[in-house]
Amino acid sequence: MKNKNFADKTFFSITRIASIFCLVLIILLFLMLIKESLLAFNKFGFKFFISKVWDPVFEEYGALPFIYGTVVSSILAIIISFPLSLGIALFLSEFAGSKLKEFLSVIISLLAGIPSVIYGLWGIFVLAPILRGYVEPFLQKIFGFLPIFSGEPYGLDMLAAGIILSIMITPTISSISKDVFEAVPRSLREAALSLGATKWEMIKISVLKPAKQGIIGAVILGLGRAVGETMAVTMVIGNVHEISLSLFHPSATLASVIANEFAEATTDLYMSSLFTIGLTLFVVTIMLNIIAKFLVYSTTRKYKKLL
Amino acid sequence: MKRKIVDKFMQFLIYSSGVIICGILLFIFSYIVIKGIASLNIDFFIRLPKPVGEKGGGMVNAIVGSFILVGLASLWAVPISVLTGIYLAEFSDNKKESKFIYVLRFLLDVLSGVPSIVIGIFAYSLIVVPMKKFSAIAGAFSLGIIMLPVITRTTEEMMKMVPRTIREASLGLGISNWKTVVFVILATAKPGIITGILLAVARIFGETAPLLFTAFGNRFWHRSLTDPIASLPLQIFAYAISPYEDWHRQAWAGALVLILIVYFIILISRKILLKYK
Repeated sequence: MKNKNFADKTFFSITRIASIFCLVLIILLFLMLIKESLLAFNKFGFKFFISKVWDPVFEEYGALPFIYGTVVSSILAIIISFPLSLGIALFLSEFAGSKLKEFLSVIISLLAGIPSVIYGLWGIFVLAPILRGYVEPFLQKIFGFLPIFSGEPYGLDMLAAGIILSIMITPTISSISKDVFEAVPRSLREAALSLGATKWEMIKISVLKPAKQGIIGAVILGLGRAVGETMAVTMVIGNVHEISLSLFHPSATLASVIANEFAEATTDLYMSSLFTIGLTLFVVTIMLNIIAKFLVYSTTRKYKKLL
Repeated sequence: MKRKIVDKFMQFLIYSSGVIICGILLFIFSYIVIKGIASLNIDFFIRLPKPVGEKGGGMVNAIVGSFILVGLASLWAVPISVLTGIYLAEFSDNKKESKFIYVLRFLLDVLSGVPSIVIGIFAYSLIVVPMKKFSAIAGAFSLGIIMLPVITRTTEEMMKMVPRTIREASLGLGISNWKTVVFVILATAKPGIITGILLAVARIFGETAPLLFTAFGNRFWHRSLTDPIASLPLQIFAYAISPYEDWHRQAWAGALVLILIVYFIILISRKILLKYK
């Protein structure tokens, strides 16, 4: 009997030790980022986030161009991906039969499984030439008066980054939206249809409206992925530290500047500035994820209670 | 009448988004497959990279390197995350532990959303800086961190899905607590856990960002695990942004090989899951 107890205790102690290890590791990750950022943060303070100058020669560091690049490329990705993902999610939850549903789910998981470096490779050699040769000149011809479509079409630019990101986040947004739609009870749909609503009206009233919060959650989750995405963006965005209104202008993001410059950061301050950017990325993505999960969870749970 | 037209139009849009996503996948795939097959040759699998600017050579060191990195990462991350998963599943009703479990679960959730480049610079400051050099160990460390939340979550969920009656039957036979957990509950949940592990492996196989400043890449064979080591995604990245035509060709070949490996792992995991469902 004593022996049995001892073995039990040992085993569960081991599992506890593994758990504590995980906990310590994650806390260490956070503390390490803070520690390495201190030097730059003490020197520049909050000015770091509003200064446009990023100059390793004169040791002046400001993250605004990268914040701008991250925000614009991610929002662009959401604008492109949102209607498409919503369409796919509705198709899966409201229209597709079980065979078609299975098929499309496989397609989406294949798309989600493509490593980001391959998206980048495809972006450099397939997407960028198409943008440079056809899409951007075309946009310029029609909407050239808008500042966002001004300047020389370059191909490796903000637009390319936005498009690549939009493809990469579509699986996330569409599959989570689908889950939310499916959590909305059938009875709501039947009620709308029985009152004579067309299928689209039914979707509007008894799917999209009750799922609104969850959809916002799915979009924010996609945004979180877009903000942190590194390789594909680094490969297609052109990596120029300038803020330009034009989508045809190369840019850089928080993640891409780390990928590009970390290895050549020779001074402590340079390194520390890059760590500060890493810490910013860490905090922002965590906030987005927490908000998103809360929104998705609260929507799906609301309807589970009803059932 | 107008309502009907709007209805048909919106239905058309919804249907077409299904078609568009298939089109996008096809568009990307066709390039990877066509360019990849045209670029692949035997040399790719058996030769080392040639010096800068010279034609030919292969990526054998990168392919082997990727397997070493993923193997090392699994070696430490799989046991730790399965054990953590067991802990989360077994003690979640325990009042005394509930605060710790709540915090741990939250932090693991947070970790799953952290961009992989951030994990890369963390591994850099924790391992590369003290060792004063890039190494396979540092690379495997950062890849392992990415595996943790995925495997912990699936282990916990799969164990909780095992019916109570099975546990009670085992305990009722006088089998000790830990043996029940390992040989009865874990064994029942095994297919699901293995699926989770394989999905985590598939994901880290394609990871590039966390390796940039840890494994670093190597144009030759690594001499030991404390040396910089090549990896397939890193090599594809380096070749894709290089100015050489022949390296672009090899990058496509690498992309095809990489995607086949990743899909193969995902395929096996699906097979296992379907078999036991």
